[in-house]
Amino acid sequence: MTGTVEIRPAPHVQGDRSVERIMRHVVWSLVPVCAFFVFQYGISALASIAVVTGACLATERALLRTGTQSGRLADFSAVITGLLLALTLPPGFPLWMGAVAGAIAIALGKGLFGGLGFNVFNPALVGRAFAQAAFPTAIATYTPSFLPGRFAEFVPSSLAWPLMIPADAAGWLAQRRFDGLSGATPLAQWKFEGIQAGAQELLLSLTGHMAVGPAPLLILACGAYLAARRFLDWRIPAAVLGAAGAAAWGLHALDPGRYPNPFFMLFSGGLVLGAVYMATDMATSPVTPRGMWAYGALIGILTVVIRYYSGLPEGVMYAILIGNAATPLIERVTQPTPFGRGVLGRARKGASYPLHPGYISREEAGAVTPKKRILLNRPKRDERKPPAR
Amino acid sequence: MKLLNYFRGEAFQRGVHPPPQKAATAGRAIRRLPFPPRVTVPLLQHIGKAPQPVVRVGEEVVRGQPVATGDDWLCVPHHAPVTGVVEAIDLRPSARGPWVPSIVIRSHPGATQEDLWGEPRDMEAAAGPDILAAVRDAGLVGLGGAAFPTHAKLKVPDKAHVHTLVVNGCECEPFLTCDHRVMVEDADALVLGIRLAMRATGAVRAIVGIEDNKPDAVAAVEAAIARARAPEGDIHAEAVPTKYPQGSEKMLVMALFGAEIPAGALPVSLGMVVNNVGTLAALGALLPSGRGLTERVVTVTGPGVARPGDYRVPLGTPLRFVLDHAGAKGGGTTDSRQAVLGGPMMGQAIASLDVPVTKGVSGIVVFRHDDLAARDASRTYPCIKCGECVESCPMGLNPSTLGMLAAKREYELMGSRYHLGECFECGCCTYVCPSRIPLVQQFRVAKQVLRERAAA
Repeated sequence: MTGTVEIRPAPHVQGDRSVERIMRHVVWSLVPVCAFFVFQYGISALASIAVVTGACLATERALLRTGTQSGRLADFSAVITGLLLALTLPPGFPLWMGAVAGAIAIALGKGLFGGLGFNVFNPALVGRAFAQAAFPTAIATYTPSFLPGRFAEFVPSSLAWPLMIPADAAGWLAQRRFDGLSGATPLAQWKFEGIQAGAQELLLSLTGHMAVGPAPLLILACGAYLAARRFLDWRIPAAVLGAAGAAAWGLHALDPGRYPNPFFMLFSGGLVLGAVYMATDMATSPVTPRGMWAYGALIGILTVVIRYYSGLPEGVMYAILIGNAATPLIERVTQPTPFGRGVLGRARKGASYPLHPGYISREEAGAVTPKKRILLNRPKRDERKPPAR
Repeated sequence: MKLLNYFRGEAFQRGVHPPPQKAATAGRAIRRLPFPPRVTVPLLQHIGKAPQPVVRVGEEVVRGQPVATGDDWLCVPHHAPVTGVVEAIDLRPSARGPWVPSIVIRSHPGATQEDLWGEPRDMEAAAGPDILAAVRDAGLVGLGGAAFPTHAKLKVPDKAHVHTLVVNGCECEPFLTCDHRVMVEDADALVLGIRLAMRATGAVRAIVGIEDNKPDAVAAVEAAIARARAPEGDIHAEAVPTKYPQGSEKMLVMALFGAEIPAGALPVSLGMVVNNVGTLAALGALLPSGRGLTERVVTVTGPGVARPGDYRVPLGTPLRFVLDHAGAKGGGTTDSRQAVLGGPMMGQAIASLDVPVTKGVSGIVVFRHDDLAARDASRTYPCIKCGECVESCPMGLNPSTLGMLAAKREYELMGSRYHLGECFECGCCTYVCPSRIPLVQQFRVAKQVLRERAAA
């Protein structure tokens, strides 16, 4: 190969971001969340994470062998799907059901569409939706966290034989004399029993034997790391949580007796996990900045609506799936405004020099009263500073 | 970082921060390259019409003597870069590939190579039209890379009013430092050039926009401004936050004035004329002496160059000669696998090292085999819709969607609905793409197809 020059089109330098790197960082950021999940629920949770992720990887491998898929095993995307799916399942979820859900997640959620980047719906949530429809009892059965001996003993339902109905967790709990504890999540407790969990229990899930999913604060911290390194877009979680909080606050203000406070709404159930890790799935969320806000707001509001008015205690999953379905439409109507086609004749705030040296033109005079700034993306009012000498 | 910038208010929206890679050459003074045994002057080195040769084969020429002239408005003359004898007027390879009509001059080995042509002029007294004529006679074109004839750029259209001369000293491309060194070393010529350009356009203020990674250039230009006491109006040197592609005139005007140049319009619609620092420094140096443009400053750098630096190179010098002197080990070996004319973000890789340095060549970047192999090692994936390209496109386009349309050859839709025509091929989208999709390359193809369809 000596004696040849190569001719390539510009650009001749390349940034350091790659698909593998993005996915790897998401996996790393999920490690503390998973570790805390295992710390809360013990060996059953660990087995669940391992089995579900293993099922995802095995399915991905089998589908890749067919040659019809984009991506490859080493791009870590199936690992993310597996970890997220395991985090949304109850820790005592029968392992064989977890394996089925993981296989469905990859096969129906991703493989059907052609693999990495082509999926319309978040694969982890497709798997979870399948599990919800197929195994409604098992998925609604949460065991309390911080049970003594949780690292030594499996929740009996975990180890059910394939295709067998799992052992009754409630009976097992009663046997172990945790009578005061129910296996219901805070959302189900609120919805069906009218008991509202306090802030501390929700935030840290450390205080009592509460049946709460992965700790919201930890997820927020990991998400902040990802957002700071730009491995996820901060607009989506901000929009989801903002819209859900605003909707819940509005309803709470209308009727405080009937609707819980927005804090409970935000930090119970899977909303934080969904906002930070599920809604931000790149392939299924809009690419346009304004579209991200709209998409996040849609998910947040849908979550509140489903939680309050439907028969289900939890609404994040369906809200995100509906948001995914709406993504192409959202993108279509929120295309970015090209440079020089927005509001013209106005100057941005904080510029070094006024647009015109001596006089104020008609355009600049008009710029004092900006209109429709949010919709038309940018130019704010001009700040007329004398030129720096 | 981006999050912070979002709240702080940036120079212009979006854009990228490629590693600057300028340390190897930024601190070195401009050195002069020896005269090559033979120079090749292509007749068309700028945007516009090619001038016609006014010398014959076998004729002796003196350095600085016009060798090709023309009458068309967008046509500038060429001057002999060396003293010697015209050896041939025929087709020679060009950077773009095809062989183009060129004048080949063999230099006299014993000649002093002093610039003896041209008569000194008193430019202090010259009025606007005289300056424009003198700029044209000097053969000046935009030295930043576009090579648009400078006199045409300085000519204010009828009914338009220009109040501001924007001088582009951003040099946002990685690796390149020629404008930086010119600002540091030729600041007085630059300020004189600015004053002449202000007089030619009628501008009452001039602002030199310099990226803030070149504080010494800002200081040098400020000192030269203070020395000059220009009667034409205010001249400022302004540091703007470093970001690619700030060297685009639209982005620079945005950074300085916070105003968008309307789509499809020129800066003159905002009453501005934008010129490159290298061009105006050459203007200030050439006009008073009455000489023509016979040499330019070229950054020779890159991983494959042993002695990187900024060199004053006679126009028409073959790249092989330049690279030999800068210590690049031959063309096409593993140590210099690819030579790029211009910067690495928008520059053009060349097929032959016999291509000459022309007026628009601002840099030569040489990459080794290993550098290319490192880029090849990363896999290409389908678009994962991360939105990073949308976040980086300075023109506010949606490269993600455009790329998917380009893959389906939906060129008409790209042009009509997704504003493909606004793309100026800065390459930010390809630079950031984690899936390594050749976005800007596809857009170039799409734009070319649309141009051909429009012409047909």
